[in-house]
Amino acid sequence: MQSNFFTLPLILFCVLFSIGCKEKKEAVLLVDNVSGIKKIPDAVDFSLHIKPILSDRCFKCHGPDKNAIEGNLSLHTAEEAYKALGENSDRFAIVPGDVEKSQLVHRIFSEDSGLLMPPPESNLMLSEHEKVLLKRWIEQGAEYKEHWAFVKPEKPEIPETINDQWSANEIDAFVLRKLNENGLQPSKKASKEILLRRLYLDVTGLPPSIRQLDTFLNSKNNEQFSIFIDSVLNSIDYAEHMAADWMEVSRYADTHGYQDDFERTMWPWRDWVIKAFNENMPYDKFVTVQLAGDLLPDATKETVLATGFNRNHKITAEGGVIPEEYRIEYVEDRTNTFGTAFLGMTMECARCHDHKYDPISQKEHFELFSFFNNVNERGLMNNAEDIPEPYITITKEEAQGVLDFVNMNSVEKEQVTTLVMDEMNDVRPTYVLDRGVYDQPTDQVYPDTPERILPYPEAYPKNRLGLAKWLFHEDNPLTARIAVNRIWQKMFGRGLVESSYDFGNQGALPTHPELLDFLAIKFMEDGWDIQKMIKYIALSSTYQQSSRVSERLKELDPENMLLARAPRLRLSAGSIRDQALAISGLLNPEVGGPSVKPYQPEGIWEETTGGGGGSTATYVMSEGDDLYRKSLYTFWKRTVPPPSMLTFDASSRDLCSVKTEETNTPLQALVLLNDPQLIEAARAMAYQVKKEEKSVEKQIILLFRKATSRLPNEAELEKLKSFYDESLSKIDNGDVIPDSYLNIGQFTTEEIRNKNEWAGLTLVAQMILNLDETITRS
Amino acid sequence: MSESKIIQENLLNENRRAFLKKSALGIGGMALSSLLGGCSFFSKNENGLLTKTENPLGPRGILGSLHHPAKVKRVIYLFQSGGPSQLELFDYKPLLNERRGEDLPESVRNGQRLTGMTSGQDSFPLVGSLFPFKQHGKNGTWVSELLPYTAKMVDDLCIVKSMYTEAINHDPAVTFFQTGSQQPGRPSIGSWLSYGLGSENENLPAFTVLLSRGSGRPNGQPLYTRLWGNGFLHSQHQGVQFRAAKDPVLYLNDPDGISKKTKRDMLDMLAEMNEQQYNEFGDPEIQGRIAQYEMAYRMQTSVPEVIDTANEPDYIYKMYGADAKVPGTYAANCLLARRLAEQDVRFIQLYHMGWDQHDNLPGAIEKQAKDVDQASAALVADLKQRGLLEDTLVIWGGEFGRTNYSQGILTDTNYGRDHHPRCFTMWMAGGGIKPGFVYGETDEFGYNIVKDPVHVHDFQATMLHLMGIDHERLTYKYQGRRFRLTDVEGHLVKSILA
Repeated sequence: MQSNFFTLPLILFCVLFSIGCKEKKEAVLLVDNVSGIKKIPDAVDFSLHIKPILSDRCFKCHGPDKNAIEGNLSLHTAEEAYKALGENSDRFAIVPGDVEKSQLVHRIFSEDSGLLMPPPESNLMLSEHEKVLLKRWIEQGAEYKEHWAFVKPEKPEIPETINDQWSANEIDAFVLRKLNENGLQPSKKASKEILLRRLYLDVTGLPPSIRQLDTFLNSKNNEQFSIFIDSVLNSIDYAEHMAADWMEVSRYADTHGYQDDFERTMWPWRDWVIKAFNENMPYDKFVTVQLAGDLLPDATKETVLATGFNRNHKITAEGGVIPEEYRIEYVEDRTNTFGTAFLGMTMECARCHDHKYDPISQKEHFELFSFFNNVNERGLMNNAEDIPEPYITITKEEAQGVLDFVNMNSVEKEQVTTLVMDEMNDVRPTYVLDRGVYDQPTDQVYPDTPERILPYPEAYPKNRLGLAKWLFHEDNPLTARIAVNRIWQKMFGRGLVESSYDFGNQGALPTHPELLDFLAIKFMEDGWDIQKMIKYIALSSTYQQSSRVSERLKELDPENMLLARAPRLRLSAGSIRDQALAISGLLNPEVGGPSVKPYQPEGIWEETTGGGGGSTATYVMSEGDDLYRKSLYTFWKRTVPPPSMLTFDASSRDLCSVKTEETNTPLQALVLLNDPQLIEAARAMAYQVKKEEKSVEKQIILLFRKATSRLPNEAELEKLKSFYDESLSKIDNGDVIPDSYLNIGQFTTEEIRNKNEWAGLTLVAQMILNLDETITRS
Repeated sequence: MSESKIIQENLLNENRRAFLKKSALGIGGMALSSLLGGCSFFSKNENGLLTKTENPLGPRGILGSLHHPAKVKRVIYLFQSGGPSQLELFDYKPLLNERRGEDLPESVRNGQRLTGMTSGQDSFPLVGSLFPFKQHGKNGTWVSELLPYTAKMVDDLCIVKSMYTEAINHDPAVTFFQTGSQQPGRPSIGSWLSYGLGSENENLPAFTVLLSRGSGRPNGQPLYTRLWGNGFLHSQHQGVQFRAAKDPVLYLNDPDGISKKTKRDMLDMLAEMNEQQYNEFGDPEIQGRIAQYEMAYRMQTSVPEVIDTANEPDYIYKMYGADAKVPGTYAANCLLARRLAEQDVRFIQLYHMGWDQHDNLPGAIEKQAKDVDQASAALVADLKQRGLLEDTLVIWGGEFGRTNYSQGILTDTNYGRDHHPRCFTMWMAGGGIKPGFVYGETDEFGYNIVKDPVHVHDFQATMLHLMGIDHERLTYKYQGRRFRLTDVEGHLVKSILA
């Protein structure tokens, strides 16, 4: 290890890093860059240094779960931690400023395994570094602070940075300050091609067209990028791309999800989501209608349709289950989805007992649960034809009128039925369930929200509408932070809080807390305007940096937490396929409607099905244009999801998912190399460029450019040309048989005169579709 | 993750980093990547094939080192999906024949939850096995005549008659066995092992899955891919299904019309272009990608090789039975399981569907037992004769047992049985397990356990133990909580350990 690494002042909230293997490692505070040597800060900070240790190693037995407390000691509040202990009330875990009298210090340094804390059998340990931190914290007064995420965000001061030629807006000021503090500089601006590609892929999931690229490259207008941002945000592609993300959050699927996994009709709800993003519905309204569209004073069929959000959970039809057991699961699912999607709180951890880490009691869990418990629903559905109420029907007439965003073009029936929420008149009582078990009710509880987040205003109705109001109450510390963090995650691959699903004590700390608060407040002040926020981020210099990573940066900040560069991100499962369809000209741009069944390896539904299953027992592939719809329209059978999507890390749609991991596996290579959808796309792409350009060189350049949004450099072009030439000779000597190779997929064309050239070009196109650059947003 | 673990990881990462620097400079043609089964180190031989090397840093998964010496290197789990009736196979209860037709005494049932399928029945007539039992092996172990081959192997098996579970319906019960939770969302056993230990074979996935459909009740209950899903672990830990289809692994075959050489040349060009991209952007993921393509290429050779049983000698086919020549049957999958074990695939998961025999049980179970008896026994014998049994764990069992009373009308020759979670039988064989041993006892009604109960989590803990893993210490922190296969329960079943 080079010595300068030891001397660099960089202190990171460093996640242990490994390259190539993106297995999640646990956060360790204050690892001093790559040396691994940890510094003890002069002033120890509770939130930054101490609480992550206490929460992770101590709260299990000395935390918020009052039934799990050992030795009458809990460490999550100052009052509890400072109190007198023992029979004679003469012992103290923590005496602020007095290390000698603080039992905690003796216990964590003890060499007696009977006294040592945490006890060895817990499999939890403190490092020497952490012990010293705890000791020094007590020495310095053992100050407690409220968990950052529960404190309402306040407008931070915008940092002033010297000689700042770089900053385009406030985002950059916050980022630059942090970079400067760590002796780093931002990267230079990305090339125009890369920038436009980045914008398109982030915002629409598709690359820019050649025409769009040319317009941008040829424009001298400084405002051109801004104009492009407006244009992409106004496109239906944006709405569909946002909807695709929202379908993962909402665990959308086209089947019920258990056992025989019967088909359900939820796509009208999905069509509504697309419509909502397309009209840039403000986030508060977007969420409110989904939570309580049936309870609004001015409820319409459209707002009722939006409540399908809370019916996307799985529903069982397995004969023999006890309906109430499963009904409880559905209510739990709604409760936990609400927690993860809107609060960044792991509500499920408080089902069986008080939360081990966060101030959410089991009672509060069931109080929140009670908001979602008042639906007239059944735990068990009967058969494939059964539609679990409550539901609404949508007629073709409505689909041409008030619900004109619901695409019923390919629906043969006169009407479709889709699941929604509906409040019962007589309130179903809710009880705390002992250990979370459905038939173990204890105390009755009533609708309420976790007090430490924000007490529930008296005036609000005790139903989902009131809950939505509470969520968007100006004093709610979480809602806006969670939302902007996810928008940030969309644009940078990781949120300012990496654990976008958990803002609690066990979650990650924000890398840029002030920036997060600034954005949260801005988002609220701008009327929860999602497009405005995306545009604001896209206009920042931070967003527009190059993604090149120097050896030094790679060493200092491998995870790119300080944002000294733009991230390189692999495209999502859906985007990889959609991009191939788009650049090959195959993409069918139809919006909405029933889900479709594109190519899928034969037999994978059939080999797992039981006797039942109805329409989901056998995979009947779609035909014609339906093979080329965007991936968000691919039929999602929950017990056997599309395998190529899972291979590229799509969520299984069993539960709410707000963050997908990015992996790099050989099965991905197999899909990219051999999926007929992609080979067909290569063939169609080759066909297209042959029509558009005359010379082989120009055809090759166009292929490359469509896929990567840039021109090949000289060396690359030479390689591509020689690859093409070799392909032609392979055809001559029988290594490539055009009639077979060009026969994959249903795409048909008029007769091409020179099949050999087409096949050769298809090979080039196939190789290009497999380039790392093609499946990456740089 | 414990502190020592964090420190270990730290060291490991520094080594990885140093290693990466080397590979970034192209020294020695080495590649670093996260392949199936986690982070691995490879060296390329002259032919460009990556060879298996002893990893100087210990196992290739997340565990820096095993928690204790492992007894076995791999597991073959013969999952009998649907809930085989223990009463017709292993748990001999003559009392049920004596008291045939009498109602199950309430004192025995003792409040046990029933499924919705029999909770409406007026009576619960006791019914004994229609198939006689005999004693076998040196300990005189009772085995039914439905399992003649298994009976011959009892001296190698450890039969656990006191398994119990919490779930009473298939979906939650199978999900519970495979993921430790009744509700979907957690990683499966094989995924945990892949995550913890990585792969022993650079050319095959660490976790493979083989499905077959039984003849007992061909249209019974389904399976779900989440049973071999990665849950919240990364997708490289997904089980990879080996199928009796044109593509033995999904997307394995090259497209029609291009030769192997064409494919190879394409990969070479791809690697060259990607390398250039790496030089430009410096993103190590690009190098990972290059290595993944090589692994994919090797799988195109290694998978067909391992599934091609054409060269297996006749005596092997005789052992496994005639079905072994029919791809996709249970017997063929057992033979394939042995071949995968020979290649050091870490976790080989078979599913045989069709044990859900609510009615017409005698006819159905006879066929179903015939599907699996010979091949299961042959697998144990075959591993043994190759010296592989000593470091392999073979497991046979389903998600729950079946009731001692008849579901539906009881006639002289016919009856059915409903799901029963309170007791059922599994067997294990191989390294670290007591051979020729019967563990646990049920009451004479075959309804309740009276001795040595083994919970699903205990079984899981024991399996991990044999792999060298303390089930409480293989954890993954997700949404703030450390999850593990055994949730918050699980005790090692020491008595069955050799």
